[in-house]
Amino acid sequence: MTMPATLKRVLPQLIALLVILALNTAIAPGFLDIAYANGRLYGSLIDILNRGAPVALLAIGMTLVIATRGIDLSVGAVMAICGAVAAALITSDHSLPATILMTLGVGILCGLWNGALVAFLGIQPIIATLILMVAGRGIAQLITEGVILTFNVPGLIFVGSGSVFGLPFPVILWVVLGIAATLIFRTTALGLLVEAIGINRRASALAGIGTSALLLAVYAASGLCAAVAGIVAAADIRGADANNAGLWLELDAILAVVVGGNSLMGGRFSIAGSLIGAMIIQSVNTGILLAGFPPEFNLVIKAAIIVVILVVQSPASHTLFAFVKNRPGRTIGAPTPAAKTKEEAAR
Amino acid sequence: MKILKTLAGAVAMAGLMAGSAVAADMTVGFSQIGSESGWRAAETTLTREQAEKRGIDLKFADAQQKQENQIKAIRSFIAQGVDAILLAPVVATGWDQVLEEAKDAEIPVVLLDRQVDSSDDLYLTAVGSDLEHEGEVAGQWLVDNVGDKDCNVVELQGTTGSSPAIKRKAGFEKAIAGHDNIEIVRSQTGDFTRTKGKEVMESFLKAENGGKDICALYAHNDDMAVGAIQAIKEAGLKPGSDILVVSIDAVPDIFLAMAAGEANATVELTPNMAGPAFDALEAYKKDGTMPPKFIQTESKLFTQSDDPKAVYEEKKNQGY
Repeated sequence: MTMPATLKRVLPQLIALLVILALNTAIAPGFLDIAYANGRLYGSLIDILNRGAPVALLAIGMTLVIATRGIDLSVGAVMAICGAVAAALITSDHSLPATILMTLGVGILCGLWNGALVAFLGIQPIIATLILMVAGRGIAQLITEGVILTFNVPGLIFVGSGSVFGLPFPVILWVVLGIAATLIFRTTALGLLVEAIGINRRASALAGIGTSALLLAVYAASGLCAAVAGIVAAADIRGADANNAGLWLELDAILAVVVGGNSLMGGRFSIAGSLIGAMIIQSVNTGILLAGFPPEFNLVIKAAIIVVILVVQSPASHTLFAFVKNRPGRTIGAPTPAAKTKEEAAR
Repeated sequence: MKILKTLAGAVAMAGLMAGSAVAADMTVGFSQIGSESGWRAAETTLTREQAEKRGIDLKFADAQQKQENQIKAIRSFIAQGVDAILLAPVVATGWDQVLEEAKDAEIPVVLLDRQVDSSDDLYLTAVGSDLEHEGEVAGQWLVDNVGDKDCNVVELQGTTGSSPAIKRKAGFEKAIAGHDNIEIVRSQTGDFTRTKGKEVMESFLKAENGGKDICALYAHNDDMAVGAIQAIKEAGLKPGSDILVVSIDAVPDIFLAMAAGEANATVELTPNMAGPAFDALEAYKKDGTMPPKFIQTESKLFTQSDDPKAVYEEKKNQGY
């Protein structure tokens, strides 16, 4: 529970992030420049934090779902639904707080639907959430009546492109939500209970954990995160685009969780790791855009970088590293005395 | 309203809307792909409008993106003995059989917007736009407007590998070829969406000295331009004057931007494909005039001097 332990847990992810940022700096001169203009910070690093917001928000909920050995494929579609709901409400003259509360409510409702299918009907999460993934975009289109529903309400636009203390508002949102989720799950036993479900749901139930209620809550949390991401995405372009909002972002969110060092098999989880994972993915995206390669290479480059990160993280290469580290006569890469004491202090 | 329309389409598909009470000169069946985009919804609206204006009885069938639904619809049109069939094919292949059936029944088929791989004696004509020409019109506008000044252009491409992206890029490059003062300095895909258009434009601005080195933006569709305009504004520059904005499609929202002076020009991909199709059909029915096998629709250029506010009012009710 101490800081060093958390830091140690996300150290590989932090290193990966720093390496990619260094690569970006090498590719694009001025990558690290940050200027202050029009009351907000301005620069590529800020862009990464800002553009990565939807995936970071989704990754918070996704981490919890994956920790229960589940998966939520519907988050992209829920984003589209919630964006559409927010745009429809605000354009029919509802007040801003009412719009946001109702939209968040719709997100939670979507999550409860997924959770009910998983917790009470025992449907496998990948299928249960696939239903809403497919149907959700249709629902969103029904709400927008097939057009991009645009709005011009300063309050709602602020959620997407306003700034507080010079930082874009979406950044504040995901950082605060990430910290809040970590506090809720780590200062109470909730985190432990979620991990227990992921490791063995039956055993957890027998041990007296209300697994169904917890599963419902976890999927609802994922729906809530998707709702926030949906509002951010719609507010960013001042319109709800039912066809494209959140398209394929469920996959980026899952990737962020995995790159963040979490296992799809459930159990131990780290929200901080997933958030860094989301930033890694966005850094790769932004780096590709800045590099000026022809767009045909975008996905290939992204895939190559992700493969390298996953290979370095894989259990097989951990064994290899350990083997290299412990070879007699080799001291390079061996933990320094200082690191050792830290490690011991952590225990 | 749209739900009602869709329902009406489904009802028509089921063949329940057989025959209308109004006597008409010509009965035409229209097999539409679906309503996957605003542009397609506008195409449906304008086809109905054109039919009404000409006193044509239009039987409409929405295929909901499925070829088998379109084939069923065409067979039901043949069974009903319509005078002609309009087909917006969802895919290019697999039409030979049903087009043969229409030909045997001596019902002329006109293709709208998209092409098929079948032999061209199986249909009367195809109406569509020339994607490369659209890019050329956009490029020509830029050439005419920058004169001899040096101009660095950034390009927002459509979805990588899609034919509009390839052809609109090629057309634009053709138009600026030979004008050494105009150069495309950056080109990236924005996937035809507002979100990606905004994100990619942000990176262009960072990479090109905060946008000071960019003279013009060319976007393969209006939606990406609308997203990019927001990015330019947030960077503290004036779209439309600091950075010229030219795009393609002519959807209603770009006219709002033009009216506000934030976009400069757009090339129309007209949703009125039915107008030329009905012209050709009427001439063919009257004295057997064979139209050319491909009728190219006009790629009209709209600029700020074309009263964008009025065009917006006219377009916003077309179902975009």
